[in-house]
Amino acid sequence: MEFFDLFREDRWPHMFCPGCGIGTVMNCFQRAFAETGMDQDRTVFVSGIGCSSRIIGYLRADSIHTTHGRALAVATGIKLANPDLNVVVFSGDGDIGAIGGNHFINAARRNIDISVFCINNYIYGMTGGQASTTTPYKSYSTTTPYGNKEYPFDLAELAVTAGANYVARWTVRNVKELMGSMQKAMQKRGFSFVEIASPCPTSFGRRNHMPEPKQMFEWLKIVSVRREKSQAWGLDQLDLNMGGQITIGEFVERNRMPFGMIA
Amino acid sequence: MRLPPGTYFMQGNEACVEGAIMAGLRFYAGYPITPSTEVAEGLAMRMPEEGGVFIQMEDEMASISAAIGASWTGAKVMTATSGPGFSLMQESIGYAAMTETPLVVLDAMRAGPSTGMPTMVGQGDVMQSRYGSHGDYPVIVLAASTIQDMFDLTIRAFNLSERYRVPTILLSDAEVGHMRGKFTVPTKVEVIDRAVRTDKVWHDGFAYDESLVPRFPVFGRGSRVHVTGLSHDIAGYPTNDAEVHEELVRRLNDKVALHRKDICNVELTRPDCKVLVVTYGSPTFAAKEALRSSPELGMLELKTIWPFPEELVAKACSTVEEVIVMEMNLGQAFKEVERVACAVGCKRIRLFSKLGGDVPSPSELLRFIGAGG
Repeated sequence: MEFFDLFREDRWPHMFCPGCGIGTVMNCFQRAFAETGMDQDRTVFVSGIGCSSRIIGYLRADSIHTTHGRALAVATGIKLANPDLNVVVFSGDGDIGAIGGNHFINAARRNIDISVFCINNYIYGMTGGQASTTTPYKSYSTTTPYGNKEYPFDLAELAVTAGANYVARWTVRNVKELMGSMQKAMQKRGFSFVEIASPCPTSFGRRNHMPEPKQMFEWLKIVSVRREKSQAWGLDQLDLNMGGQITIGEFVERNRMPFGMIA
Repeated sequence: MRLPPGTYFMQGNEACVEGAIMAGLRFYAGYPITPSTEVAEGLAMRMPEEGGVFIQMEDEMASISAAIGASWTGAKVMTATSGPGFSLMQESIGYAAMTETPLVVLDAMRAGPSTGMPTMVGQGDVMQSRYGSHGDYPVIVLAASTIQDMFDLTIRAFNLSERYRVPTILLSDAEVGHMRGKFTVPTKVEVIDRAVRTDKVWHDGFAYDESLVPRFPVFGRGSRVHVTGLSHDIAGYPTNDAEVHEELVRRLNDKVALHRKDICNVELTRPDCKVLVVTYGSPTFAAKEALRSSPELGMLELKTIWPFPEELVAKACSTVEEVIVMEMNLGQAFKEVERVACAVGCKRIRLFSKLGGDVPSPSELLRFIGAGG
C-alpha cells in the first residue's frame, strides 16, 4: 500500500504547520495500517475537533468529523450498530482529556472494540495555544501567562485504570515502536489507546523556549523516560509527566472480553 | 415481533416504543430522565428481541452522538430525553442537520426552566426544539397529543427523518407520556426507508437532485465518504468558501421548505366555529371537553409545529371571530399563530397560558373564553 492509496491526494497539501508531529503520525499510521492488512472500505475513521481531528479528512475511507469531544461516543454508535466495521479514532488532548473526558473513561470502561490514537501536543493548537488538561505544570500558554498552576492528566494511566485492553504511549521520535503499537491496537479486540506525545512548535514551543521544531524534538528526547526505567525508580521519583516527564512504552495488554461480546 | 394490527392499552411512552419498532428502529442510545425514561426501559427490553441495539450512554451528549454514528451505518436511530437533556443535545441536533443524518429525538416536556418540576407537565421546549442549536438549520418537529399520536407520530417522525435526512423531534409531555390509554395498530402502516447510494462516491457524496435530498452513502460499503459539521462542498470536503457555504445552508433549509406540504399536518374540529382554540399536546384534552359543552368552539390541533404549518393555520383562522391559543408556556406557539392569524385579518387573538405542573381544565378554558367576551 502506497501513501496515497490511503490518503486523498486531491486534498493535498495538508493544513498542518511546519514542525507539527501530525505528519509523522500520519506516515506511521499508513505503514501500520498496511501491515494489518485491514480493508480500508470496511474501516471507519472518526474524530472530534482540533488539529489531530483533521487527519481523517485526508483519509481515503469513510470518515466522520464530529462535534468537539464526542468522537468516542459516535465511534461507539458505529461499532455497536455494525460490529463488522473496524473503527479507528484520531483525537487530541482537548477531545480526550477535557471536553470528551467522560466519553474517554466510559469507552475504556465498556472496553468497546475500537482503536484510539490520541495526539497529545499539550496545548490547544487550533485555537492558538491555550492550556489543555495535559499542559505540563508551570508551562506557559495564552491562558496560563504566569505559568500553568494545574497538574496535568496522564491519559495513558487513565485509560489503564478505566479498563482498556491495550494502552501505549510513545513520542513521535519513537516511530518504530509507535508503528508497532498502532498495528497492535488495531488488531487487538477491545478498547485500545495509543497516546502520541507530539511537538507543536507554533503554539506550545513558541511560548516555552522551544520555537524551533528541532528544539521540541530535543525536548521530547530529554523528557521521555522508558516505563521500565521509571518503574524501577519507584513511585517517589515518578513524576507522571507533571513537571514535563513523559513515561513511554506499553502500559497494559490484556484480554478482557470487549463490550458486545459478553454473553 | 412488531405489534400485530389491533387495539392496545398502553402508556404513551410504551406506545412510542412500539411505534419506533414498527418504523424499523435498529439503534437506541439514551440516558435516564423523567418523564421519558420508560422509552429507554421499554427499548432495553424490546431491542434485543428485535435484533436491534440498546445502549445506555454516560450522558445525553453521548446518547445523541452514538445515535448519529449508528445512523451512518444505515440504521434507523433514536434517542429520548426531556428538557435538561434536550438542552445538552442541541449542539448535536445542529450537527445532524448539517451532516443530513436521519435521527429521531423524543422530547417528553416537563415543567421548566432548569430542573423545574421533573415529574410534572410543561410545554416550554417549543422554541428550543426549533432554535436551540446555533446557526440557521432545518429541523422537523411534531407534537403528540394522545396515546395514538405517540404510536402514529413516532412512525411519522422516522418516515420524515429518513425521507428528508433531517433530524426530527417528537414533542410529547409528561401527561401524554405517562397517561395510559387505548390506541390502534392499523392493518397497513406506511414505513419509509432512506434512499441509499451504493456506488463509489469519492467526489460527490452530498450531490443532490431537484428533491434537494442527497442519497445516503452507508458506511462500510466502499463509498469513502467524508462527513463533517464544517461547511462542506458536495464532495463533503470542508471549505471556507462563502458561496459554497451559502449554497449549502440555503439548500439544507430549502429542503424542508420545499416539502412543507408533506411535512405539515393539523387536525381541525368544527371548521365553521366562532371561536377557534389552537393547541397541541396534553391541553388538547381540555379543549375536546370544552367543545362538547360549547357549540361555538372549534379546535385546531397542531400535529406539526415546525416548520410552522402557516397555510393550514391561516386557513382555519380566516373564518373565525376569535382565536385562542392554549399552551403550557408563556406563549411560544402563540407568537406564530398571532403572526399568521393577523395576516388573514383575524382581529381577536388571545393566549390562554398555564405554565405547567398541571394541565388546564375545560372549565378554566371556558372561563377564560367567557371572561374575554
